[in-house]
Amino acid sequence: MDPILRVNDLHVSFRARGGEVQAVRGVDFEVRKGEAIAIVGESGSGKSVTAQSVMRLLPTPPSFVKQGSIEFMGRNLLELSEQEMESVRGKDIGMIFQDPMTSLNPTMTIGHQITEGLIKHQGMDRKAARERALELLRLVGIPNPDTRFGQYPHNFSGGMRQRAMIAIALSCNPALLIADEPTTALDVTIQAQILRLMKDLQEKFGTSIILITHDLGVVADMCDRVIVMYGGQVVETGTKWDIFRNPQHPYTRGLLRSMPRLDQPKGEPLVPIHGTPPDLLAPPKGCAFCARCDEAMQVCAELDPELKPVGEAGQTAKCWLHHPLAKEAQ
Amino acid sequence: MNATTATKVSVGGIGPIGASGSPLLEVDRLSKFFPVGGGQTLKAVNDLSFAVGKGETLGVVGESGCGKSTAGRTIMRLYEPTAGETRFNGKNIYRLKGADLKALRREMAMIFQDPYASLNPRFSIADIIAEPLDIHGIAGSSKERKRKVEELLERVGLRSEHASRYPHEFSGGQRQRIGIARALAANPKFIVCDEPISALDVSIQAQVVNLLQELQRSLGLTYLFIAHDLSMVKHISDRVAVMYLGKMVELAESSELYANPKHPYTQALLSAIPIPDPEVEASKERIVLSGDLPSPIDPPSGCPFRTRCPFATEKCAAEAPEFRQVKDGHWAACHYA
Repeated sequence: MDPILRVNDLHVSFRARGGEVQAVRGVDFEVRKGEAIAIVGESGSGKSVTAQSVMRLLPTPPSFVKQGSIEFMGRNLLELSEQEMESVRGKDIGMIFQDPMTSLNPTMTIGHQITEGLIKHQGMDRKAARERALELLRLVGIPNPDTRFGQYPHNFSGGMRQRAMIAIALSCNPALLIADEPTTALDVTIQAQILRLMKDLQEKFGTSIILITHDLGVVADMCDRVIVMYGGQVVETGTKWDIFRNPQHPYTRGLLRSMPRLDQPKGEPLVPIHGTPPDLLAPPKGCAFCARCDEAMQVCAELDPELKPVGEAGQTAKCWLHHPLAKEAQ
Repeated sequence: MNATTATKVSVGGIGPIGASGSPLLEVDRLSKFFPVGGGQTLKAVNDLSFAVGKGETLGVVGESGCGKSTAGRTIMRLYEPTAGETRFNGKNIYRLKGADLKALRREMAMIFQDPYASLNPRFSIADIIAEPLDIHGIAGSSKERKRKVEELLERVGLRSEHASRYPHEFSGGQRQRIGIARALAANPKFIVCDEPISALDVSIQAQVVNLLQELQRSLGLTYLFIAHDLSMVKHISDRVAVMYLGKMVELAESSELYANPKHPYTQALLSAIPIPDPEVEASKERIVLSGDLPSPIDPPSGCPFRTRCPFATEKCAAEAPEFRQVKDGHWAACHYA
């Protein structure tokens, strides 16, 4: 199936006092219609910067796109005017952020914030927008929508705010929903509610989802395909089955090994990944993970490997270990 | 519940798990309420009883607002309790004054959640780590102080040349190591770890947890490990306590609690945690609780969980369930457990 979003060789940097922070360094991926993909990585991996670049939400300066393109339904989003972009945001692409308190406007009622997009993008009148907003509030499981419509974000609990955010993001039936750590600020029992809601809505409306998270458990629950990011680059992609059952990059393997699992008896000590992530003010010359990798070879410090297919099923990994000569080198 | 059963709760709660058999810390009907204006009170911790054995790690889990951090801080006497006792080596810590209290402070230490907010940015690492040494007059000379700081830095996996640097020069994981070195400085026996890894990246969490476990083995430490990450709590704890709305709802040996949860809240909490395995996730029946946490200012009558409990009956609204032993060493506060 045709992708609705294709990110090609995206490079995004930030000007900082010490120089240029190369937050995203050549990211490629695509999202197909109706598919849920996860972008997984730690803080500083570039996952949020990638998502915010798609929405063109990063302040410029200090940020700037150095190269690459973001094709969304046939248009390069990076070439749109700010005005054109406004009609994409909210209408074609919805976004849910980690912290609903800072992304909702505290001085506007929830109802006002949901109807805003409907009036602006869908050309609804106030009355029709209100009806639709009440329907959306019901859809996301907010009790007493008539009362809630006129209330402010501070009247809502954390889980309820996140539901309201989802209602806003879905109000114009976007083709793509970008959820940046949507449940990280929530408790697990509330997280379970929100994830189930997102899954139901995806099935109902066929919305494509990019879920950005550091929680591999959430990925296993929610997504079809997984993109693993490290040091501003994609280091592995595959179906969730590939990634969890047959990880091909030492970083992915390390992440899975370093986490205790609730469903397994305890006993063995955890295997941590030693060291810390690279400084993106001065990214390493070779592979970004080299300094922390137990399997690193000489070439890893010298040359940055490319993201290459591993096997036949479409899994890719950015690692020299998959080079035909790697066995000899070891 | 009268006072005698409460005492039984705390001592019985130890079960066979306390490493040496005798409790180091006993929490006995501890409550901490905060006035919130308008004559209302927030019952953050409400009638908590448990004990921690020497060398044991007791995990405390629960969602935000359940009172787990307030419990940790009251046990450290950072807050004065509203009612109840905490006994450390048999002595009620809230009665101690002056030199006795200061001596107690050497025995108990705390590691905080936020490695950024818990280190003074204007202190060098040496001064941060040596603060407990200075307060308790442990290091005799400046040479001795320097030697101790270097020893502590190495103990937590940092290098002695880090001593002259400042907190902003370190990553989150390294800062947490500095916080641990400070906690260890006065040779405590008991450490409250309040969400020590939740601000850290996944790949760094295991480093810090392994360090805490290694220190426990080599120094014979006792931990109260407060966290909301149930997988990590299971990994590190001998026993686990589950809190809900200021109350303890379940307490059991760690693998027993996870394999055989008795309280409906624990069952829902465990089933809510996504497992990093697509096969497990695909086959899992998840209990999704309806609704939000009730306000601890106006908690429900009877059982605090009844408003979200799928099995609640009239009895649950009328009568608060007793925290009772439902199985050997397995405690739960539910009429139907």
